[in-house]
Amino acid sequence: MFDFVGKRRWFFVISGIIILIGLVSMLYSTIAFGSPVKLGIDFSSGWTMTVRFEQQVEQAALREEMALLGYSDAVIQRVIDEENTFLIRTGVLTSSERAQVEEALGAQFGDFDIRDSALADETVSGETTNVAMIAVVVASIGILIYVTWAFRKMMKSLRLGVCAIIALLHDVLIVLGIFSLLGVFFAIEIDAMFITGILTVIGYSVNDTIVVFDRIRENMAKRTGSPIESIVNKSITETMPRSLNTSLTTLFVLLALFLFGGATIHNFILVLLIGVITGTYSSICIASQLLVVWERGGLSRFFGPFRRMLPRRAPAGA
Amino acid sequence: MSRRQILTLLIIIAIAAFSVSALATNIGGREGLVLGLDLAGGTNLVYEADFTGLEEGSKADSLKGAKDIIERRINAYGVSEAIVQIVGGDRISVQLPGVGNITEAEELVGRTAELVFREQATSGSTFLAAPVNVGDTQITVVDVTGVGIENIVVVGSMDSPEAEAKTVKTVDGANGANNTITVDSPFEYGHALDEPVTNVWIPATGTIEGEEMLLTGKHLKPNCFVDINQQTNEPLVRFEWDDVGAKLFSQITGRLIGEPLGIFLDNMLISAPTVQAQIGASGVIEGLNIGEAEMLAIQLNAGALPLPLGHWEDGIFYSGPAASRTVDATLGADSIRMSLIAGVVGVLLLLLFMIIYYRLSGGLACIALAIYAVVMLMIFKMVPVTLTLAGIAAFILSLGIAVDANVLIFERMKEEIRGGKALRAAIESGFSRAWPAIRDSNISTLITCAILYWFGSRMFGGAMVMGFALTLGIGVLVSMLTAIIVTRTFLRITALTSVARKVSLFRP
Repeated sequence: MFDFVGKRRWFFVISGIIILIGLVSMLYSTIAFGSPVKLGIDFSSGWTMTVRFEQQVEQAALREEMALLGYSDAVIQRVIDEENTFLIRTGVLTSSERAQVEEALGAQFGDFDIRDSALADETVSGETTNVAMIAVVVASIGILIYVTWAFRKMMKSLRLGVCAIIALLHDVLIVLGIFSLLGVFFAIEIDAMFITGILTVIGYSVNDTIVVFDRIRENMAKRTGSPIESIVNKSITETMPRSLNTSLTTLFVLLALFLFGGATIHNFILVLLIGVITGTYSSICIASQLLVVWERGGLSRFFGPFRRMLPRRAPAGA
Repeated sequence: MSRRQILTLLIIIAIAAFSVSALATNIGGREGLVLGLDLAGGTNLVYEADFTGLEEGSKADSLKGAKDIIERRINAYGVSEAIVQIVGGDRISVQLPGVGNITEAEELVGRTAELVFREQATSGSTFLAAPVNVGDTQITVVDVTGVGIENIVVVGSMDSPEAEAKTVKTVDGANGANNTITVDSPFEYGHALDEPVTNVWIPATGTIEGEEMLLTGKHLKPNCFVDINQQTNEPLVRFEWDDVGAKLFSQITGRLIGEPLGIFLDNMLISAPTVQAQIGASGVIEGLNIGEAEMLAIQLNAGALPLPLGHWEDGIFYSGPAASRTVDATLGADSIRMSLIAGVVGVLLLLLFMIIYYRLSGGLACIALAIYAVVMLMIFKMVPVTLTLAGIAAFILSLGIAVDANVLIFERMKEEIRGGKALRAAIESGFSRAWPAIRDSNISTLITCAILYWFGSRMFGGAMVMGFALTLGIGVLVSMLTAIIVTRTFLRITALTSVARKVSLFRP
C-alpha cells in the first residue's frame, strides 16, 4: 500500500508553492493591470463595429486574421440576414489601432465598409462577478453545514466540513493562480465563461472530496481504535481506482474538447481541465491529509507561534 | 424475473421512449432545444435614445436606467442570458437568444411603457380644432385653455393607428383665454391630424398635501399580473397602487363616477372604462389580447423607460429600432461545430473506457448513461431550459457525476466479488455501500445549486449563474435516479441470466 499519509508534508509543500506563486502573480497582476487575473473584453468596455465585405469572407478566416493582429479574443458574429457582414467586438482601440486593423482587413479580404462603429459597454457587469462571488461564499457555508450534519456520527464532523472547504479554496486558488500567470506571461485574458468554469470546479471539488470522506467514515466505524493515519491511508487506497477512473473519464471528454474543439472555448475547457486534476488531487492530498494533521494536533503546532503573539490573559496571580 | 423488476424495466423503457419521441416532435412550436446567444445567436436590436428635455448631466444615468429596465423586462419575459449594452453613449444594443418573433421582441424592449390615466375635458374646457402649420406639416391642434395642465391628448379618427394619440403642448400663460399654441417634438413623428377632433383627454390629477399630482404608472407596485375576466373571458391586467397612487386613484375615481377614465399606454388609449364607484388600492386594465396583457404586466412591473428609445432620421425621432438583424452565435458557428464533434469523440472515448474497464457492467452503464442523456435533453426541451455554454459546462459536470455514481457502484461490486461474494449479493451490497457516498456528494452539489440559483435570481446579471445552477441541479437529480434505478435494474436482470455465471464479465 502506498503511504499517502506519510508524504503529506510533500503535498502541502507542493500545493503551498503553487498557490504562493499564484498569489504573487495575482498581486503583481493587480498592481500592473488592476485585477488578479487579466480581464477580457467581456468585463470592460470595447469597440464594436459592423463590417460588410464586398467579397466572400469565411468566419474562421476572419477570426484567424484578427488573432494574427493580436485580437484573439475578438467576438465575431456573422449577421445572418446580410451577406458577408460581421459584428465584431474587440477591446478598446485607439484610432491608430483601428486604422491598422482596417488596413490589414482590407489587404486580406478586399474592400469593405464599416457601419455603426462605437465604444460599447461591458457585456458582463461587475455585478455578475459579485453575485458569483457572494453566492460561492454562501454556498461554501451551506456545504460546511451539510457535511458537518451528514458526518455527524463521526466525532468532530465539523472538521470534515472545514477540510472540504479548504480543499475547495485550494482548487479555486490554483485555477486563479494559473490563469493569473497565463495573463502575466502570455497575455491570456479571462472571459465571462471563466466564472462558469470556476463554479464547475467548485462543484467537482466538493463532490470528489465527499466520496473520499465517505470511505473514511466507513473505515472509522469498522476499525475503531486504529490510528487515524492508517484509516485515512486505507480509505485513500480503496477509493483510488474510483478517483482515477472518474477523473480519467471526465478528462477524456475535456481533453477531446481541448484538443479538437473550437478556439472560442479553449480557455474555458482549460479551466475545467485544471479544475478536475486539482479537484481529484486535493481530495486525496489536501482534504484527507488535513484531517490527519488536525487530529494529531499539527494545526495548533503550526498556529502556535502566531497564537503566542496574540495578547493573552495575564496568568492568575500575576 | 420478479414482477417488480419487469415493471421497473417497463417504466425505464417507457421513459426513454417518451424522451426520444419528445425530442423528435415539435413542442410549443419548437423543433429543437432552446439555445442561448452564445450557441445559436439570435436577434440584435439597436435603439437610439431621445435625450430631448433631459439635462446634460442626467443623460448617462437615464440611459443606464433604461438599460436596467430592459434587462428586467427581458428576464421577466423568460428569456435568459440576453446581452444588453450601452453603445457609444447614446444607443442601447440588445441581443436576444433565438430568432423568434422580432416584432414581439421590439415591442418588449423598445416600448417606453408609460402608463397614464386621463379624464375627458368637460364643458369647462374650451378647445378649437383648426389646422395649424408647423414647418411643412399641417396639423390640427387643440386648445384647452382653462384646464391648467400643460399636456393634453387628442384622440380622433386619423389615417394611421400610430397617430391615434399625440401629445400637444399648449402655452398656459397668464392670459388663459388666448389661443397661442406651440407644438414641439411629439408631433415630429410625421403624422398629421387632418380630421376634426372629437375627444379631448386631459391628465387625471389628484391633490396630495396641497400639491397637484398626475396619476401614472410610477405609482404602481411591481406586482401586476394577468388574469381573466370571469364574465367576458377576456384577459385583464390586475394592478395595485402604492400609498400615493391609492390616494390619487381614490380622489379621481370619486370625482369621476359615471364618467370614463382613459388608460393610456405611451399616449395610446388602451381602454376607457366608466367609473362605477370610488376605488382606492387596486384596479384592472382591460381591452387587450392575452399576449398584449402579458407584455403590459411585465413592462409595468419593470417600470417605464426613463427616456424614449427609437431611431433618428434627418433630425426626426421615430419609434422602432435603428437596426434589427439576425446574428450568429457569439462563440461562432464554425467553432461550435468543431466543439460538438470533439465532444462526441470525448464521450465515445468515455464509453469505450467504461466497457473495456468494467466489461459487462460498463456496457450496461453506457446504456444507462445514454438514457440519462436522452432524459436530460428531454427535460431541457420541455421546461424549456435555455441551453448556453454555462449550461453545457453543468451538463458535462453532471455527466461526470453520473459516471462517478456508476464507477462507485462497480468498484464496490468488484471489492465484494473479490471478497468472495456471489454476483447477486455483490450487486446488492455494492449498491447499498456506494449509496451514502453518492447521496452525500450529490446533496452537497444540490445545495450549491440551490444557493447559486437563489442568488442568481435575486440580483442583476445573475442569469448566467442561474442557468448553470438550474442545469446542474437537474443533472444531479437525474444522474442519481439513473444510477440507482436504471443501472441497478439492468444489473439485477442480467444477474438472473446465464451470463451471470461468467463472473469475469463483471471484473477484469
